[in-house]
Amino acid sequence: MAHFTKATSIHDWLNQRLAVDKVEKVLATEYWIPKNINFLWAMGMILAVTFGLLLISGIFLLMYYKPDTKLAFDSVNYTIMSQVGYGWLWRHVHAVAASVVFLIIYIHMFTAIYYGSYKKGREMIWISGMLLFVTFSAEAFSGYMLPWGQMSYWAGMVITNIFSMGSLNLNGLVEWIRGGYVPGDAYLTRFFMLHVVLLPLVIMALIVFHFAALRIPHVNNQDGEEIDFEEESAKYLAGSTRQSKVIRFQFDFLSKDILVLGFFFIFFFYLVFYHFEFAMDPVNFDPANGLKTPTHIYPEWYFLWSYEILRPFPKNPGLIAFGFAQVIFFLLPFLDRSPNAVPAGRRGIFKVWFWLLLINMVALTILGKLPPVGIYTTYGTIAAYFFIGLWIALPIVTKLEKPIGGK
Amino acid sequence: MAVKKERRDFLGLALGGFTTLGGIAVLGAAKRTWDPLPSVKSAGFTTIDVSGAQPNVLNVEKWRGKPIFILKKTADMKKDDRDIIVGKDRFLICIGLCTHLGCIPSYYPKQLKFICACHGGQFDTAGRVLKSPPPIPLYIPPFKVEGTKVVLGEAGETFKKMEAAGLTV
Amino acid sequence: MKELKILLIVIFFALLTYWGVEPFAHSKMHKHVEDNKFSYVDLPPLTKKGDATRGKALVMGAGACVGCHSIKAAGIPAPMDPNTAAASYGVNPPDLSNVGALMDERFLAELIKNPTKALILEHKFDGKTRVFPMPSFMGAGGDKEQEVADMVAYLKKISNKEVSPKEAYVTSCGRCHANRYGKYEQIGFVPKTKSNIKTNQDIDLLKFKEKVADYQGNLAEYMGKLPPDLSIMIRARSEDFMKTFIEDPQSQLKGTAMPRVGLTNEGYEKVMKYLEETGDPSKPARDALGIKVIGFFVIFTILALLWKKSVWRDLH
Repeated sequence: MAHFTKATSIHDWLNQRLAVDKVEKVLATEYWIPKNINFLWAMGMILAVTFGLLLISGIFLLMYYKPDTKLAFDSVNYTIMSQVGYGWLWRHVHAVAASVVFLIIYIHMFTAIYYGSYKKGREMIWISGMLLFVTFSAEAFSGYMLPWGQMSYWAGMVITNIFSMGSLNLNGLVEWIRGGYVPGDAYLTRFFMLHVVLLPLVIMALIVFHFAALRIPHVNNQDGEEIDFEEESAKYLAGSTRQSKVIRFQFDFLSKDILVLGFFFIFFFYLVFYHFEFAMDPVNFDPANGLKTPTHIYPEWYFLWSYEILRPFPKNPGLIAFGFAQVIFFLLPFLDRSPNAVPAGRRGIFKVWFWLLLINMVALTILGKLPPVGIYTTYGTIAAYFFIGLWIALPIVTKLEKPIGGK
Repeated sequence: MAVKKERRDFLGLALGGFTTLGGIAVLGAAKRTWDPLPSVKSAGFTTIDVSGAQPNVLNVEKWRGKPIFILKKTADMKKDDRDIIVGKDRFLICIGLCTHLGCIPSYYPKQLKFICACHGGQFDTAGRVLKSPPPIPLYIPPFKVEGTKVVLGEAGETFKKMEAAGLTV
Repeated sequence: MKELKILLIVIFFALLTYWGVEPFAHSKMHKHVEDNKFSYVDLPPLTKKGDATRGKALVMGAGACVGCHSIKAAGIPAPMDPNTAAASYGVNPPDLSNVGALMDERFLAELIKNPTKALILEHKFDGKTRVFPMPSFMGAGGDKEQEVADMVAYLKKISNKEVSPKEAYVTSCGRCHANRYGKYEQIGFVPKTKSNIKTNQDIDLLKFKEKVADYQGNLAEYMGKLPPDLSIMIRARSEDFMKTFIEDPQSQLKGTAMPRVGLTNEGYEKVMKYLEETGDPSKPARDALGIKVIGFFVIFTILALLWKKSVWRDLH
């Protein structure tokens, strides 16, 4: 049993019971981060903070939102937007943060791909991150249902129809998911539950998992250099902070994170107040109408690339391609057969692969929003095949890659 | 070294302090979000026409979600400073919630008293306490007399005088 | 400098994506329509100078306007209530008190002479199978152009006071489009009513709702569908769409049953002001707060930069 002595201060009292000093060291002051990093390493913090913004603004929206098909639209667009003090602010923050969070997620993902941060012991970081991506997608989709506008209703209709699994015609499953023949009251209420309870809990658990997965392999650095963290941290603690290759999380890394966060906030609040249309689609300001599909129907921008992979194909192959797009990123650590865990810039043909993937996904995103007519259909088909081709080529390309250095 | 550390700590504190200011502003916004909605506040006025009231028959109306007792007094009921004159008649107009713990007392016209079923408190026809536990008389809500109508929620001259004299509590 | 290069790459791809999914995609999705600044050049200009006194006699007499229209500004009540009017014509004819101030004179003149042309409803009312409820003015025996000019002059004279955004909405849109956030239905503003305390039923409100439902039934029959509620239309459609659609509904929605409204630019702005009041009332607060919040984070970033520099002094 632990030995307790008479406490000399509140700090000491807590320290004996909760080991606060030790916790602070482990989590903050002696949590070592490589020094050789750039601002892209702050994306994780920005994501955590944006999730915080979503949580806080969501709590205020929750106090006035009514999950009922008859009341939902007006509770959002009338009560929250014009009656509740600062209700409009919470809604704009929530809507813009929901969109911007995906921008940052994509930057975070492509950073990891570029610097090879999914390799050599960091596979679980990548996989937990992908789980977060999928859960965030579900969270975004369920949230998109809640204002019960035209886009909510028709997105709900189309996405739940995917679960009929093409020619399998699992209409019973679709009805079960909806709790009705079409998206209706039961549907709205259960997606409300998913959005405000179940999925946020899963997200929070996954965030902890994602952070935990980072502890043993440590954070990667700009050159993919393998750092002896024990040796380097000893150097730091001995006072050779300039020579050491590592820095403390608190406040060395944090001060940089917070600086990047400052720039991010300026950009974010500019969008919230003056440029929010991209995150609040005008069509969703028309109330849901089950008898009229909007002229143009498209998902939010962050789903467009996978939507575009679904679109150019006939029903069954389309669904297979869509399914492929959803899972393939999970397999990245295993499809990359090269032993090199260095930035893509030094990996020869993989560098080309990386930029092609990025350009391909931007192209798919843009094409996903364009009406599926004329030349756009052709481009869309080419881009979708190209996406699949890139992933088939990945193991071959990386297998051919020459090992770098003796490390 | 010491100078540098001081500067660093000072800047850290400045940033922390400035962030706290922002946090306080957010709390202010949060407080506003909790405020009653304008529609709730604008619904805080109720106009009641008392011209059809029968003497010694209790009418119950609703104002701001609470029951309002309106009792037209007969000529032989005793006069009280808490009586409200509408037209030629004397009225008791008060919030029908016992000042003990907020139950609604019932009116017994023959006994000319209100009895609260919860803890046995009793009030007379002026709303004054006859029997404890209620510590104070039944509240008189802000009102304004307009002809034969009474607007609840708006403090008229008569109400202000009564309030100043401590009669409304 | 390496960081700056990375930042530029990130910004480039983010902006490219934004450009593709927003301005570019929307330019491909929506038809571009040039507006004519509410000048109604397709209609002939007035050639005669109108006389309001003679116009009054025509409006009240041979012009037969007041047989269907009320003119509250001149003390003329509506010949029938909105429900009866909708049952007879499909829609309640507008009160003429404010039309002179809100609508273009070319439009008003053409409307008197040839309503379906002014309203661009010739595709719906060919005059044979379907006849527009408002008859064309055939002239009162004198110079027809002069008589029309006189009537327009009279309509302008009686509407010389400042028209509020709400009145502009009621006159221009309100007989077909409800605005529930503005507590407005096609037959008027929702009255303040009270529930019966014993039954908890608000019978006056139910009666009002019944009238609204009855009116909307006739209106939907007449228009082909119920015209949408305009409460937050200002956020559901772009400014460009609103402008060109109101100026000429056919330009954006070929075959629509919505008539041209004939608003002047000023009248249009008044209507839009009302739509902003109901659809986006927080805009002034949003614009004012935005500057402050962004200013806060600019200072925050400057402090963070100084702090970071002092922390990293020992690390580089």
